Amino acid sequence: MVPFGGWDMPVQYTGIIEEHRAVRRAVGLFDISHMGEFEVAGPGALAAVQRLCSNDASALAVGQVQYSLLCYPEGGIVDDLTLYRLAGDRFMLTVNASNIEKDWAWVTEHDEGRARWRNASEETALLAVQGPMAESLVQRLADTDLTGVRYYHFTRGAVAGVPALISRTGYTGEDGFELYIGAPDAERLWRALLEAGRADGIRPVGLGARDTLRLEMKFALYGNDIDETTNPLEAGLGWVVKPAKGEFIGREAIEALRAGGPSRRLVGFEMVEPSVPRHGYRLLRSGAPVGQVTSGSYGPAVERYIGMGYVPTALAAVGGEVEVEIRGKPQPARVVRTPFYPSHAKKV
Amino acid sequence: MANVPADLRYTREHEWARVEGDRARIGITAFAQEQLGDVVFVELPKVGARVTALKTFGVVESVKAVSDLFAPLSGEVVEVNVELAKRPETVNADPYGEGWMILVKMANAGELAALMTAADYEKLVAAAGH
Repeated sequence: MVPFGGWDMPVQYTGIIEEHRAVRRAVGLFDISHMGEFEVAGPGALAAVQRLCSNDASALAVGQVQYSLLCYPEGGIVDDLTLYRLAGDRFMLTVNASNIEKDWAWVTEHDEGRARWRNASEETALLAVQGPMAESLVQRLADTDLTGVRYYHFTRGAVAGVPALISRTGYTGEDGFELYIGAPDAERLWRALLEAGRADGIRPVGLGARDTLRLEMKFALYGNDIDETTNPLEAGLGWVVKPAKGEFIGREAIEALRAGGPSRRLVGFEMVEPSVPRHGYRLLRSGAPVGQVTSGSYGPAVERYIGMGYVPTALAAVGGEVEVEIRGKPQPARVVRTPFYPSHAKKV
Repeated sequence: MANVPADLRYTREHEWARVEGDRARIGITAFAQEQLGDVVFVELPKVGARVTALKTFGVVESVKAVSDLFAPLSGEVVEVNVELAKRPETVNADPYGEGWMILVKMANAGELAALMTAADYEKLVAAAGH
């Protein structure tokens, strides 16, 4: 157990690699209740969300989810989040645990009285069920048909008798669900899922494997790969920035960057020889420093040593050669196509 | 019950040494591999390199951590476990057997006396709040 964002969290239950492989081959269960949930409601809710977030919330149908960003006026990133449309005039933002206080101050300060905000983080628990067996497991316990719930959509129902918002989203690249429930019900649902998933080989999964799973998908982790000093374009997140939808905080700064293109890019790379790239290690090109590793590890499903980092745009093409400085020695690496592991999310 | 074989000697940094004639086989303990988690990479010296008691001779990396390896004894490396380059997880699966790291020709067998016995190492591990 380690402290994380004010919470006591397990790094692993049985072993990071075993848990990682259980998610890719069978099903894993994550307690991610530490994450934050804000609700915003009222006739001005859509306007408030549109002003704060980079993606186009007006494109969301009720029951639909989108990935989005909160940006600073200079174009840096406050947080990444998923945005849920609960009703025509009601939305939920799911934010990173480490940013709950910062994000809450941000949205309430910049709302300008448009809507009613509620911080539901303390009362909301969140369990994720991810892997090829996830759908059949959750369906067995659910009182509503889940086969019709498409990727990045959600429904409401009961799972093992626990009322839940059942969202077909996740941070692993596998099919699965994130279950938003009342905090008092968390333990009951946790136990029910572990019991019902026993025959599938379900494993509880900690933060260690959560990190290696998202790394294999090249999903950004706030604090590692994106932060207030990185802009969405260089981070490869231009696809969730929709300037045509209207004004939002950071829009002008980001559009100014789009014209010339970002000077650096977040790339995925793999080591040529076994060696472990880690956050903070320098990236070199022919011995000269060109950037930094933002995330890196051994990828248990791809069975390679992989990482992410910022390099000058000129070096960002697939096949580009760089070196990772590990304990003072430059270790060869090459920029590769990402995700490192193919997505198995149920996109059709 | 802690996994601490009685016939080995131990360092405070959780390495073990098994005497084999004038040589010592060296690795890390069951406690060490459990604390580290899944080992993904082991950096070891080349055959012919010299190691010095209480100084680092390599690095063991798990998913979450990088740890120095400290030599229990001084001497010349005569064998290196090349299996660990292909399957570093052997350190977790069999830390006292197939997970051995280096075989050293001892420069001074007197250094053995400075190492902990199994009984003393077991006390150390217990006190570490295991």
